[in-house]
Amino acid sequence: MQVTETWVQQCSRLATTIRSHCLRMTHHGKSGHVGSMLSMAEILAVLYERILRVDPARPKWPERDRLILSKGHGGGALYAVLAEHGFFPGEWLMTYYCDDGKLMGHISHHVPGVEFSTGSLGHGLPVAVGMAIAARYRSQKHKIYCIVSDGDINEGSTWEAIFFAAQHHLDNLMVILDYNRVQALGFAKDVLDLEPLTEKLTSSHWAVREVNGHEVLELEKALSGAPFEPGKPSWVTAHTIKGKGVSFMENTVACHYGSVNDEQLAQALNELGVH
Amino acid sequence: MRGVFNQALLEIAKNDDRIFMVLADIGYGEIEPFAEAFPDRFFNVGVAEQNMTGVACGIAMEGNIAITYSIANFPTLRCLEQIRNDACYHNVNVKIVIIGGGLAYGALGMSHQATEDIAIMRSLPNMVVVAPCDFAEAVAATHAMIEHSGPLYYRCGYKKEPDIHQQPIDFELGRAIQVRDGTDAAIIFTGTIGNQAAAAVEELEKDGIHCRLISMHTVKPLDKECVIAAAKETGAIITLEEHNVSGGLGGAVAEVLLDAGVQPKKFLRLAIPDRYVSLVGSHEWLLDRFGLSAPKIEASVRQLLAA
Repeated sequence: MQVTETWVQQCSRLATTIRSHCLRMTHHGKSGHVGSMLSMAEILAVLYERILRVDPARPKWPERDRLILSKGHGGGALYAVLAEHGFFPGEWLMTYYCDDGKLMGHISHHVPGVEFSTGSLGHGLPVAVGMAIAARYRSQKHKIYCIVSDGDINEGSTWEAIFFAAQHHLDNLMVILDYNRVQALGFAKDVLDLEPLTEKLTSSHWAVREVNGHEVLELEKALSGAPFEPGKPSWVTAHTIKGKGVSFMENTVACHYGSVNDEQLAQALNELGVH
Repeated sequence: MRGVFNQALLEIAKNDDRIFMVLADIGYGEIEPFAEAFPDRFFNVGVAEQNMTGVACGIAMEGNIAITYSIANFPTLRCLEQIRNDACYHNVNVKIVIIGGGLAYGALGMSHQATEDIAIMRSLPNMVVVAPCDFAEAVAATHAMIEHSGPLYYRCGYKKEPDIHQQPIDFELGRAIQVRDGTDAAIIFTGTIGNQAAAAVEELEKDGIHCRLISMHTVKPLDKECVIAAAKETGAIITLEEHNVSGGLGGAVAEVLLDAGVQPKKFLRLAIPDRYVSLVGSHEWLLDRFGLSAPKIEASVRQLLAA
């Protein structure tokens, strides 16, 4: 695969577009969780531009790669990238969180291109594991990707699935942690310190790589590398910044539930270079 | 009954490679034949019911039928949110099988007594709730469970329950089976407690009290026509279940009758009172203490009809 500036620029541009959509959607819908959306914009951009084998014309194509967004509260960002990739009309985005809207606050499988509904944390990885088992049983070649958050890793069910996936050598499975280190009520290290996380995972027989979750090249290299080790599930810890791209949101607890007012929206879009 | 269930499932799975068993370290002495016959469709997730249910959902979402299996409350309450959000909301083929509902585990105590399961499971959209009463129903319900598309809860007996049906049955989800006809009262039961009802009805018959006996093997969707007909034709409805009195079969029957504007002259719910069971004793002893043994059922029916 030849690395050119063009696709890197495309991914970066898409990430910015995702962010601008999320800000507008949450502003219009007067909803929260925008900080959790902004932190995974590059992850989603790289997945949809470079990694996932999916077809907007055939959202249920049996050979598609599966992506489960376990941090369903950040679903606005997934809606944004799906709209950009033509899974549904772009006009739907501004119905997010609105009466009789097309897009509910947490990610919904009733939307074309969304594999699985989440919203309560700790649900995504067990289901992804089940899909990986099913794919292996039928010798299918697609991969299963699951995006999790810090909060997801608080949940015991996620750890149940971590142990089980390794036990059964599910190397068709990749977890991507959007590690923005901020959760609903505080910084992760103060709420429930996950560190040393890589050691926990490698000692649980996962193959782990850590990347800067806002660097497109690093992300693409890691996300395209599954399995990192044959016979082991793969884990990418993407170090990210909550609220990334908007100065007054970055690395703040407030931006978990927060959205923006008119003035803040204008400032945020200006900082993103979007007009 | 659990042996009958496992045998039936094994036979079905021989001809249907969509069937997976996902269980959480429970089933010793029962599940080994499936595990040996289909090692790549059998997964013991360890003592981890949330993951069991989530994994089953993921397997089912790929066009398969995933059966979760455990005893009493373990595959329902610990993982209720996985059942609700993952299996029921996505309306996939996850079948939840419990062994030993109600007071079946006797002296093991409150943790092992599934006494709210029917109420909770029947409140979930897309869920079907089934409780077979004897071996014939258990086998038929296993086939029906696999044929049904969508999530289903199967409350399986624990022991060698005697046959209630004396002749071949015509089993269909959502359609009750009348065990015997009668005009003085109708006893509508679900699950293996029907044995106690059948014995009680025999005694009542000796005194010329003719009870209709109905096996409501499917609590959801409930056979409304059967319930309404029983109320109109007998005037006295007794519901019987090995379950908390709140929200189970008795509640479901009452809902149907009031919704239909049908009020039987007499109505009685025989069930476990709305409190946790702290008594220590065998299954049979506990049933008697809570008025659910054949003699106690018989006495309750006599009292109701005399009032």
